[in-house]
Amino acid sequence: MRYTSTMVMSILPEILLLILGIILLVIEPFWKGDKRRNAGKLTAAGLFVIMALSIYFGRPNESTMDEVVFGGMIRFDWLAFFFKMMFVFSAAVTALFMMDHEILGKRGESYIMLLAATLGMNLMAASADLVMLFLAIETASIPLYVLAGFTVADKKSTESGIKYLLFGAMTTAVMLYGFSLLFGFAGTTNLYALADQVVTGQLPLGVALGLFLLIVVGLGFKVAIVPFHFWAPDVYTGSPTPVVGFLSTASKAAGFAVLARLFIIGFEGNLFPLSDLAYSWASILAVLAAITMTLGNLVALKQTNMKRLLAYSSIAHSGYAMIGLVALTELGMTSLVFYLLAYILTNLAAFGTAIAFERVTGSTEIKDYAGLSRRSPGLAIIMLVAFLSLAGMPPFGGFVAKIFVFAAAVQVNMIWLAVIGILNSIIGLYYYLNVLKVIYLYRMEGEDEESHPIPLTRPYALGLVVLSVGILLVGTLIAPWFGFSNEAALNLFKF
Amino acid sequence: MEFFLQPLTLVTFFPLLGVLLLFFLPSDKKNLLRWTAMGFTLGTLGISLWVLELFNAPNPHLQLVAKYDWITVAGWNIQYHMGVDGLSILLLLLTTFLTPISIFSTWTAVEERVKEFMIFFLMLEIGMVGVFLAQDLFLFYVFWEFTLIPMYFLIGIWGGPRRIYAAIKFFLYTMAGSGLMLLALLGPGIEGKTFSLPDLISSGGIPTNTQFWLFLAFTAAFAIKVPMWPLHSWLPDAHVEAPTAGSVILAGVLLKMGTYGFLRFNIPLFPQAAVDLAPWMALFATIGILYGAALAFAQSDVKKLVAYSSVSHLGFVILGLFALNPEGISGAILQMFNHGISTGALFLLVGMIYEQTHTREIKVYGGLWKITPVFGTVMLIVALSSMGLPGLNGFIGEFTILLGAFGSTAINNPWYAGLSALGIIMAAIYILTMFQNMFLGPEGSIVEELKKRGHVLRDLNRREIIIMIPMLIFIFWVGLYPKPFFDLIGPTVDNLVAALQTTTLALP
Repeated sequence: MRYTSTMVMSILPEILLLILGIILLVIEPFWKGDKRRNAGKLTAAGLFVIMALSIYFGRPNESTMDEVVFGGMIRFDWLAFFFKMMFVFSAAVTALFMMDHEILGKRGESYIMLLAATLGMNLMAASADLVMLFLAIETASIPLYVLAGFTVADKKSTESGIKYLLFGAMTTAVMLYGFSLLFGFAGTTNLYALADQVVTGQLPLGVALGLFLLIVVGLGFKVAIVPFHFWAPDVYTGSPTPVVGFLSTASKAAGFAVLARLFIIGFEGNLFPLSDLAYSWASILAVLAAITMTLGNLVALKQTNMKRLLAYSSIAHSGYAMIGLVALTELGMTSLVFYLLAYILTNLAAFGTAIAFERVTGSTEIKDYAGLSRRSPGLAIIMLVAFLSLAGMPPFGGFVAKIFVFAAAVQVNMIWLAVIGILNSIIGLYYYLNVLKVIYLYRMEGEDEESHPIPLTRPYALGLVVLSVGILLVGTLIAPWFGFSNEAALNLFKF
Repeated sequence: MEFFLQPLTLVTFFPLLGVLLLFFLPSDKKNLLRWTAMGFTLGTLGISLWVLELFNAPNPHLQLVAKYDWITVAGWNIQYHMGVDGLSILLLLLTTFLTPISIFSTWTAVEERVKEFMIFFLMLEIGMVGVFLAQDLFLFYVFWEFTLIPMYFLIGIWGGPRRIYAAIKFFLYTMAGSGLMLLALLGPGIEGKTFSLPDLISSGGIPTNTQFWLFLAFTAAFAIKVPMWPLHSWLPDAHVEAPTAGSVILAGVLLKMGTYGFLRFNIPLFPQAAVDLAPWMALFATIGILYGAALAFAQSDVKKLVAYSSVSHLGFVILGLFALNPEGISGAILQMFNHGISTGALFLLVGMIYEQTHTREIKVYGGLWKITPVFGTVMLIVALSSMGLPGLNGFIGEFTILLGAFGSTAINNPWYAGLSALGIIMAAIYILTMFQNMFLGPEGSIVEELKKRGHVLRDLNRREIIIMIPMLIFIFWVGLYPKPFFDLIGPTVDNLVAALQTTTLALP
């Protein structure tokens, strides 16, 4: 195999992640006691530097996009790059949030796991081959299983780690079975070669779509769509909150990145107009999306625990994002990517505030948030931004993102799906408002909020401010981010 | 820089500077916070007067247009597109005029969390002004939704005992309607490849059947906001629980967003549906007029009475709009302005007495005129203006509307106008009964009770008189010499009706 510079460039972020991990492994043991926090600083700073370097040196361009890299194992295109940057960014913010966690923050291993998971996700977004894809998914998953059960002294955390592992192993097995059958039918593991076979009819579309269903099981687990969502609430409640923040954003987005690539390739040549089979298959997924958001929202209504509420809300958001996916159009894919961008920023901010609150008060019950707007006006404002963005109110990112996915549904005449989406956002609004009600309209017991302040440590403040500014920028400037998302989505349609 | 110096951009986003400044002011310096907010709203009023100065009334088209590309990637064509014409200039002025007045009325009424109050109020102003100036469907929707957030908090934090229920009800009701509107505006936006309202109107050609459905979807949003019968049930709750300043803005401006929506979007965008459905709109408007008036009569809470009277008065506005002739529409626009002034003033007065007595039950009052003569006189004028006494502003609006509705070929049924005229008589009954019970007759029980607590009812103080004077000026000005107001709206309305006649078949 001949060496080309594209090969390095295409995995530049991953190489840098590995270097950062090694540096961390070497240096970390020398830090004792309080100095251990430096590990978090190093990770976060390192990740931001990786982002900057990759954006400066490692961008794909027209010539690299057609080039087959590493024997067709990965693609070096905008889709992969855009998602990689999102993963690295959320890992950096998560590292900031982990720093002041009692257990995660004091152990260098947790940061190494975070880096390993990020590396896996990056490869997920880029893989163009079933073998590579499977390896990437496992590289991303295993560190997350460990992180979910990281606080061994806490029974709930251990339980959630095991639960996550069992569910994960199960669904991944089904997916792997799908991969092997695909290989059996087609004799190739390359996604693009598979797609060609579907077009020429060598691989009957019916078989391909049937096997896709098996693969959807594995990825459905990652993105937590109904009926593969059962793990989410328990794992979200039990795991250390910074890990949950990462799980519910980057890990979910990685699942969607793979789904998007698989879908479009699977439907290549059948897109306009969709064949009946492909259409009915897309309709099944549309129904799944509708059920996912409805169930997530309805169950979220009843929650009294912040982490469980966010768990169900994140299930609902998978449903909204799915709308963009099932539209199977350029606008649909663009809106999916844009939705994930807005969602990552928003949900990280929501979890960030929950983490900061939990660190001081030790509670995740919503009723304990009463009077927060007086105890810590700054934290309350960031929660306001995050929750209104989740609810889809302007001028925040979540608002625009929702409009674009609904527009994608309207464009392909799936009005019913858009209607269900809109009804759902009204249900969603209700419980998001309920949280804001507790924060802003209720008073703390005894009404002496001023004597119970909630101090924010510097890393939290930094992370939260970056995220809120991001949410506002996505929600007001819109065009540049939408342009990037479009650039990424277009890659799916170019072969 | 050029972007920010556009008059319409400036008038919309000037309060944002105030919001940013308020963030950094210490929250215990209450007077500083109040005066800062006041300064910025007065500044906005000043800019809006500058806009009026630049506005060329005889020109029926959009003026002072600010148009910049916003989202023009991937086949989308969404613009930052602001403009003002005869349909919106009065509402713009009403908004920038009522906001400082409302803020001035909170001097002693709002003592808690002044900083947040002022921040939310300035944010509300941005949203309201934006709604009246946006000429792009997407931009309009952004501003429209944005107004909900500050209003939710204004009711929820500073409201009465059932404030949280009222705030959530307000939010969810409005969202339910705007959800449908969102769906409807995406359709033409994607099909027509533009969200710009003038472009969509001039390209015309939305099929009649589609027009019908889109009209209904937009109507859902606007009818809830107005509110039209039978979607009005959020209004009394929101009004009663909102703080005085919130009620003033709610009645004065936020409800007008609904009627303005009909005028700006439903009628020009879906002309055929508007003509076909005009009788139905008139029917619902008439029911609203009579129903609101009847319920207003039955209220024992004076704020609720004013709230139901709003349902009745805005029925007139809807009736005028769907008369679809120049008289009806100009009358409706003027009546929007009038209702903002009269009802705003009523809420201010109710708030002033409530601040002293902490009760709004009509039956505990009585004989107030003797104790507080200035308050009584002002109340009488405002009440008469609200019931449409000739010589005061309400009369001009309602009379023009009825004139339009009688002669309307779109409604084509003089009975609606006839029955609506009954609404004016009913208004006289409930307003005068309220006035009689509160201000005339023997002293009410509240006077005694206050005395026992060592508190004597005082008349309006200087600040309160300063608040009321501009309101009274407008009440008389519109009532005695409405020509300048009609001159502002007339040309645009004539143009709108002419366009209607060319695009639809039913109107002769």
